[in-house]
Amino acid sequence: MAATIAIKNGHVFDPLNEINGDVMDIYIKDGKVVPELSDAEMKDAKVVDATGKTVMPGGVDSHTHIAGAKVNSGRLMRPEDSYKWNRPKTSITHGGTGETVPSVYLEGYEYAQMGYTTAFEAAVPPLEARHTHEEMHSIPMLDMGGYLVLGNNWFMMRYLKEGDIDKAAAYVAWMMRTHKTYGIKCVNPAGVENWGWGKNVESLDETNIHFEITPREIIEGLTEVNEMLGVPMPVHLHANNLGHPGCYETTKESLTIPSKVKPNQDMGVEWAETKIDPTKDKSIYLTHLQFNAFGGTSWRDFESGVKDITDYVNSQDHVVIDSGSVPFGEATCMTGDGPSIHDIAVLTGGKWSNCDVELECGSGVCPFTYLKSNPVHSVQWAMGLESLLLIDDPWKTIMTTDNPNGGPFTKYPNVMTWLMSEAYRNETFSEVHKWANDRSTLGGVSRELSLYDIATITRATPAKTNGMAHRKGSLAVGADGDVTIYDIDPTKLDVTANYDDLITKFRYADYTIKGGEIAAHNGEIMSIPERRTYYSDIKVDANEEKKMLDDVKDWFRYYTLGFENYPTPEKYLVNPTPINVNMEK
Amino acid sequence: MTEVVLTPNTEIDIKIEADVIKPDEFAGKSKEEIEQLIVWQGPDQLPLKNFFDVKGQGGSSAEETSIIIKGDVLRVKMIGAEMTAGKITIQGSTGLKVGAEMKGGEIVVEGNADSWAGTEMKGGLLHIKGNTVDHLGCAYRGSWKGMSGGRIVVDGSAQNQIGGGLTGGEIIVNGNAEYFCGIRQSGGLIVIRGNAIRAIGAEMNGGTIVVEGHITNFTPGMQYEGEQYDLCFEDIECGGVFKKFTGDFAISKKPKGTLYVGKDANLEL
Repeated sequence: MAATIAIKNGHVFDPLNEINGDVMDIYIKDGKVVPELSDAEMKDAKVVDATGKTVMPGGVDSHTHIAGAKVNSGRLMRPEDSYKWNRPKTSITHGGTGETVPSVYLEGYEYAQMGYTTAFEAAVPPLEARHTHEEMHSIPMLDMGGYLVLGNNWFMMRYLKEGDIDKAAAYVAWMMRTHKTYGIKCVNPAGVENWGWGKNVESLDETNIHFEITPREIIEGLTEVNEMLGVPMPVHLHANNLGHPGCYETTKESLTIPSKVKPNQDMGVEWAETKIDPTKDKSIYLTHLQFNAFGGTSWRDFESGVKDITDYVNSQDHVVIDSGSVPFGEATCMTGDGPSIHDIAVLTGGKWSNCDVELECGSGVCPFTYLKSNPVHSVQWAMGLESLLLIDDPWKTIMTTDNPNGGPFTKYPNVMTWLMSEAYRNETFSEVHKWANDRSTLGGVSRELSLYDIATITRATPAKTNGMAHRKGSLAVGADGDVTIYDIDPTKLDVTANYDDLITKFRYADYTIKGGEIAAHNGEIMSIPERRTYYSDIKVDANEEKKMLDDVKDWFRYYTLGFENYPTPEKYLVNPTPINVNMEK
Repeated sequence: MTEVVLTPNTEIDIKIEADVIKPDEFAGKSKEEIEQLIVWQGPDQLPLKNFFDVKGQGGSSAEETSIIIKGDVLRVKMIGAEMTAGKITIQGSTGLKVGAEMKGGEIVVEGNADSWAGTEMKGGLLHIKGNTVDHLGCAYRGSWKGMSGGRIVVDGSAQNQIGGGLTGGEIIVNGNAEYFCGIRQSGGLIVIRGNAIRAIGAEMNGGTIVVEGHITNFTPGMQYEGEQYDLCFEDIECGGVFKKFTGDFAISKKPKGTLYVGKDANLEL
């Protein structure tokens, strides 16, 4: 049961309401932020003294891989990941193991320790949706949702090739509802389909085998469908050629494709009262910019291509990115981009798992270790930070590590501290390969993000981008009572001398409050709060849907399961919370 | 050196994890403090005295502490794990993972040791006078790197995956080996005085393996380089005539692994 809670005298950072460190009280009742509490309510309220501390909305991770088939493959193929990283159970928590691919319970606890309350699984293959939801069902502490992988789906490619945008839209709507997913993910469009024949596509205008559709046409079609329907978030794009030196050019070109598409968010929700317009204003959400911004022509002349892309993003208003930063150490690469993972496995001689998800998409998994001594890895570290520091407007950037591709989410505190402290960056420069400085522009960047900026790129921007700002990412009246209190006194903050301290403070939030319940305190899990799974319930024209379903049922003979067994019923979701989209149809 | 004597005082049903049994933990502790050290048994944490009678007290430092275990401790795991100095003598047989990840000091097992002895060891000396089972000095499941330093001597035999992922240090087995000895080895030395069965040096790209006895099924990715007499690796000597092979070409184009096999025992090669 959500408690009544009063957070007193904290320095509040709430970018959606333009509150920058003001000393304020925050009140929560019945899981929601309220303007004030009556004297009677105050009597029963739990009071948290936040004097001299930093108060932010609960963290929102709009791109992480913590549930589903490929995460589970990662766990299975990495027993060594569990060996050194294990946490015993307590009276209210389960035990858990794993650094880069933790067991489900541990994922929830570790996010809560860092002050995060919401996370989105960034790649749900339709056929694996039921499995993904089953895993999400066991991840405690977090409100969750998933993005449906549609960039190489046979029906999608067929409808887009035929130019039948209405059927494509009907298909997307039906699929999102069927699999209880929230947004659209597009991974290496046209390329993953070719991977089924051991090939890839190399340019945006190369057609793929059998469907003869180009990446450009898929990106165009999906973004158009997305805005036609009014899906809460922009299309989440993992661009072509990812991980290949020189791929930044493809990425930049990909971003221009939806520049004329008008963002449209058509959701029937109650909005919390924020000062800044919280509705969607972007038509494309580029994921893990770092991996999509490789420069050079080979690993020998490899360099950062981030600046070219950030210059473009700075000049445009339709793009939002997440960084995919690399904090060094163990990682597990996992993505729907099968061919890119194959390249990594060949490069490293690492363990490799590969999967073709029938008519829908594919995936690959390969463990990876980012070394400070390695020239390429060192540049990648610099590139992840460039992605966030070279884009002037924090409303266009989201901090991630593409967990666990660049590194595990438990290293977010390091990334946040690198962004805030030039001294910490300089210290790292002295430890890494000199390529980091020679082949990126990071060394010349003196920008240091403020706590307000950090609140923007870890709370406000991901919430706004994902269409969750109606309840997440702000402390506005009516928003969810999700609050993080860090034991950081903004008036005494010294990022030059005390950056080590900052990493610890971000890693173990003083308090993580979820829906008014104290979920974590000082690294200890205090309660297991209620949580929800969000999905987009999209309405489309009934006739169009029927015509589309005729096609789908006809083609379903190629699937390995019956049509009736395909959908994910609501019972697989924890507190299923549909978001009504495209209501007027 | 100050001696601490541990005598098993009970039958153990669920195996216990006793990585507290090492000079680093005992140093500077009284008898009573040592008795209260915590070991894991399943989900329970119990004091050491539930399983051992303790005599004596720790020395001033780990170097100055010697631990003697009187009798078999087959159901005790991880004795001496991660120890850095001092000495442990087990007057009997011991359980899984003795000396795992040990960094320094010396462990002597007078009886047999169970699997995973000296796994991912980094330094020091582990001497097993009896036999051991699998994964001697090997990488943990799924890890890339096994033992990286120190020395393991087995007077008897060891079985599968000796020195898997070995990057440094020496393993000397006076008896026989079985399957996958030195798999993925990239450095260090393994000497098998007896025979081996198959896949010896599979996927190796560095380091040295010597098998003085007969290999039943030879690894196919190995390339013959010639003969060599009376090998000597610092203080480790292997007398006689050896056939020298490089490998494993199945994995790498330019592998730097070396496999010596006794000529007389392997005439068919």
